[in-house]
Amino acid sequence: MRVLLPLPVVLPLLAAGASLALHRHRWLQRALGLLTLTAVLGVSIALLLEVRADGIGVVDVGGWEAPIGITLVADLLAVIMLAIATAMLLVVLVYAIGHPATEDTRRFFHPTYLVLAAGVSLAFLTGDLFNLFVAFEIMLIASYVLITLGGSEPQVRSGMTYVVFSLLSSTLFVTAVGLVYAATGTVNLADLAGRLDGIDPAIRNALGLMLLVVFGVKAAIFPLFSWLPDSYPTAPSPVTAIFAGLLTKVGVYAIIRTQTLLFPADGASEVLLAIAALTMVVGVLGAIAQNDVKRILSFHIVSQIGYMILGLGLFSVAGIAGAIFYIVHHIVVKTTLFLVSGLIEVSAGTGALSRLSGLTRRAPVVAVLFALPALSLAGIPPFSGFVAKLALVQAGLDIDQGLVIGVSLLVSLLTLFSMTKIWAGAFWGAPSEVEAPDDAGGDRALRPPPLMVGATAALVLTSLVIAFGAAPLYDLSHDAATALMAPDGYVGAVLDR
Amino acid sequence: MTVTLALTVGALFAFGTYLLLQRTLTRVVIGLGLMGHGANLLLLLAGGRAGDAPFVSDDGPPAAAADPLPQALALTAIVITFGVTAFLLALAYRSWQHTHDDDVEDDPEDRRIAALASEEHTPARQGES
Repeated sequence: MRVLLPLPVVLPLLAAGASLALHRHRWLQRALGLLTLTAVLGVSIALLLEVRADGIGVVDVGGWEAPIGITLVADLLAVIMLAIATAMLLVVLVYAIGHPATEDTRRFFHPTYLVLAAGVSLAFLTGDLFNLFVAFEIMLIASYVLITLGGSEPQVRSGMTYVVFSLLSSTLFVTAVGLVYAATGTVNLADLAGRLDGIDPAIRNALGLMLLVVFGVKAAIFPLFSWLPDSYPTAPSPVTAIFAGLLTKVGVYAIIRTQTLLFPADGASEVLLAIAALTMVVGVLGAIAQNDVKRILSFHIVSQIGYMILGLGLFSVAGIAGAIFYIVHHIVVKTTLFLVSGLIEVSAGTGALSRLSGLTRRAPVVAVLFALPALSLAGIPPFSGFVAKLALVQAGLDIDQGLVIGVSLLVSLLTLFSMTKIWAGAFWGAPSEVEAPDDAGGDRALRPPPLMVGATAALVLTSLVIAFGAAPLYDLSHDAATALMAPDGYVGAVLDR
Repeated sequence: MTVTLALTVGALFAFGTYLLLQRTLTRVVIGLGLMGHGANLLLLLAGGRAGDAPFVSDDGPPAAAADPLPQALALTAIVITFGVTAFLLALAYRSWQHTHDDDVEDDPEDRRIAALASEEHTPARQGES
């Protein structure tokens, strides 16, 4: 454990440096990226097995003991997130290697992508509030570069919104860390859990709300989501896919971590449930109003975040287990849908529904790859979305939160409606004339590269595996939720060793 | 001294917020910089009373020295703010190269929807494309 735990952060960072040095050798960069992420995936799975067997693992970085030094903590939630995130990073890298539009920018794509991987891993593993800020910054700075990598006009325009918004929330984060330190004298999460109990409840609530706002911006909850649908669609498809799958979910992870560990509630939290309901409804209404595949999917991210917050807001073991299961399902399905939207753009040259038509005939494989995750996202049985939503609905009804559950079911219906809009617009009808595509030429435009199709198909298969093998994954989520609801285990593992 | 610092933090945040709400990119960047400085000063303030000795000396008790942890945190935060501000300036320059204009542009999708709303009463509207 002591050796394995820092590797998901250290390996990608070292590889990023090497990859930058190798920027003249495209094949070496590719091989290095794939090799590193495969190794990290292996390490995360090993960590998952080890944490499952032996409980929480803790490492003090630099030999300074907690609560003074920086601690890395691997509990069940962290390693579940780490494993699924690394798997996505690996698959999307394969897709990116096959994607024609990232070809020109690949020289700096690989190093930045690896830095992003390191930031995401650190955010999951850190046991220190300030270090969480650093992790967010590593991840965000890499994402700033990735989202504006081409330097085209729409990218710079929407990238600007994204950077300014993220930077504002980072400043708020530093402010919150300063206030937390002033109030308690520590930034170690486990230490904070004990010390926050002792301070004035009003101050405690204010700090809790401040952290909720900070992470809420990253997670794109209502009313802090406005940056997301503007900035995501302009990036190259692989970049959008990994952002959609991972970045907002790191925010959700931070919300779950801080709310359960630092600010545990006695019962369902009205604030979180209200936020959840509004996020779900506003997100899906935004999706219905859009006319571009990527923009529709971007608004769906917002809507789906609501479900995860809903599970947390219920504040019961079943609710949080449902939320964790939902996150895993969502990461896979959302990444897949964005990869498919990339396939649509490559096959048809556009993502605008008004100009797309008849893709079922021209690109039947793409149609199948879209249909499965789309149905899953809407929550149609037997796909993984159905299992995830069922878990949340049951958890909500268990503690009599019928209203918000009703809202979530209605939102599912609207999700299905906006998915059928994509389906009817892009896939049905007579095949349209192929427009001159922006990023691929001539004959290649009709057939997306096999690497891209293969990576997407692998993810569709993964989501099917999640659906049909739901029981073990749900058990795992349930164990993780049980551990989250009893923070003493986490605190004890970090402080009393 | 502590009150002065606290007032400075407040002023930095106030001016930063004002500049952030402007439409000119350079002002937005400067506003973010000011807010970053405010946050860093706040971190320092969190370390305790201003004016304590920065180091633990051999003769004095350690309690009389300033808390080093917030200083370390502030240093890290300063470095991060510096890096991101540099990136933001590069981005603002790139934006100027494209548009020869320093204003933050409207999102095209927002403009499309705003146009739809204003054309509501004209019967033959062509919303898409």
